[in-house]
Amino acid sequence: MKNINDYAGIVGQAVLDDLKIAAEKLKGKKITHVNSTPVGGGVAEILTRMVPLLNELGVVSDWQVIKGNNSFFDVTKKIHNNIHGSGEPLNKKEMDIFLENGLYNEQNMACDSDIMFIHDPQPITLINKKKENKWIWRCHVDASNPVFFTWQFLRGYIDKYDAAVFSSPFFSRELPIRQFLISPSIDPLSEKNRDMEPEEIKKHLEKYNIPVDKPLITQISRFDRLKDPVGVIQAYKKVKPYVDCRLLLAGGTAVDDPEGNIVYNEVLEAAGKDKDIIILNMPQDDSAVNAIQRASTVIMQKSLKEGFGLTVSEALWKSKPVVASNVGGIPLQITHKYSGMLCHSIDGAAFALKMILNNPDYAAKLGKNGREHVRNNFLLTRHIKEYMLLFLSLYHKEDIVFF
Amino acid sequence: MEENYTDKSFRFYTRMHLSELTGVSAGNVEELLKCIKSIDGSSIYHHTHRFLQQHEYLNPEPANDFAYWVGDALGENRLAEALASIDTVSFKSIRALREELSNVISKYIESSKNRNIRAAMPGMEFNFVKTVSFIFPTGYVAYTPSEFADCLQKITSDSLYFHMFEARLRLDKQENDFSLWFRNSMGLDKPADAINRLDPYTHTIGQLRKAIFDILKKGGVL
Repeated sequence: MKNINDYAGIVGQAVLDDLKIAAEKLKGKKITHVNSTPVGGGVAEILTRMVPLLNELGVVSDWQVIKGNNSFFDVTKKIHNNIHGSGEPLNKKEMDIFLENGLYNEQNMACDSDIMFIHDPQPITLINKKKENKWIWRCHVDASNPVFFTWQFLRGYIDKYDAAVFSSPFFSRELPIRQFLISPSIDPLSEKNRDMEPEEIKKHLEKYNIPVDKPLITQISRFDRLKDPVGVIQAYKKVKPYVDCRLLLAGGTAVDDPEGNIVYNEVLEAAGKDKDIIILNMPQDDSAVNAIQRASTVIMQKSLKEGFGLTVSEALWKSKPVVASNVGGIPLQITHKYSGMLCHSIDGAAFALKMILNNPDYAAKLGKNGREHVRNNFLLTRHIKEYMLLFLSLYHKEDIVFF
Repeated sequence: MEENYTDKSFRFYTRMHLSELTGVSAGNVEELLKCIKSIDGSSIYHHTHRFLQQHEYLNPEPANDFAYWVGDALGENRLAEALASIDTVSFKSIRALREELSNVISKYIESSKNRNIRAAMPGMEFNFVKTVSFIFPTGYVAYTPSEFADCLQKITSDSLYFHMFEARLRLDKQENDFSLWFRNSMGLDKPADAINRLDPYTHTIGQLRKAIFDILKKGGVL
């Protein structure tokens, strides 16, 4: 595991000095993060790296995961989709399942740290245990246009928190509590993002039988309809007559996503018998993802909805040209035609792919600009700093806080 | 916070920013004007200074979000140009900057009376965000211009921005902290004036650091 000083080579010593200055002001406070899955998805990935680093900085932190059965996660998946604005609202039976599971976790978790940091809606009812301590609700999904009834149901809990955090100004809703804007991040030293020698890349590609004799278009995402894997296949099919390329859809499923296997089968069906489409339902294998991204000619993230879309920053950090939908947090990561290509449709995605595949110099420029944008805005060190400021803000209400 | 210079010493501070959502949004220029007139000064500061650091590797970006949004989301390019042209460095306070922004938009609305107001597409509204600043003392202290120059090479861009932009605008000082120190503690008016004349909005952070260093070197202070 890397330690905080290892980041100096990437962000500079002065940035680390700033982190230590802020951490000093949090001495004596304990922070507990709570979410619903220990692996899979961006939240677990960030916490895996962030919690040890916070501790190393002297901010005592731990991470707890709520328990839930399949029917609970069916309901929370529906809530997730509802926050994104899709699907039928929760019914009475689903609310009961959600609340019953919430009660179980309330009875089995202490929730007595100075700051309780609750991620996403699954553990949201833990707020019932609020005492004198501070509580933050972190919404990682796009809540700009939620299903009304479900949002109202959640509001009954959100409003009891001390603060909420969203990833984009467009995601937030009018709330009676303070709301902060904090983008998620990638860890440049993690297995998924660290530098990698060509030999190692080759080894991973061989393991998963990924040939590199043709330009490779890749989307790495969970098999989830909101990531539009079928749309990616359609865009590829529009490009294929003009550029002899290959498409790779690689991803897995998370513990808290019961729809994964259904969507995977839909994708297989859409791919048909095209031998240049590779569908890879892979286990958690961060080094392989790193290698695949580095071996790709262009990375796609053609999501219909997106919490933030960290795979975009991952690809940009590797100086890869990216074609991605103009949704969620993606436009914060890509300035169109400067650090990537944004699209709104399958046709738009296909056009952008052709532009990039036919213009390697332009593609390289997009990738180079993208990497610098990520270095300045979407690395873990910035994220840690903003979380520490968030913790401090719970004890200071003013706009300019002096220490 | 203590004054950052006492007698002969200059203590470098750093500031860290957290963005707070205000829940206020605008969908056209009239709404934008109304919001600019009433929103927290911390929000005016946010939208006129955010670009400087988010894109610090670029050659200076337009220094305000309002100009970008008016052009990008509303297609009101004439107004976008007028807003982008506002000489932010010439304003001594957020209040004065807010007035200028309001004046430019008011004049534009007045001159466009005979045509329909364009509205942003749903999801493209202007969302007002404000900057919450946390200001911390650093370990860097200078007692001489030479020590000052050494520290200048080591401090973060946050620290440099704090002393050059934020102290002046948000703490209502008449000039940037560096000029104040050279003038009041070192008795060196020339470098103080030269630093004061720098337009920090048209320099990247690296250029700004070098420009200050060059002023001290060429002025024979080092």
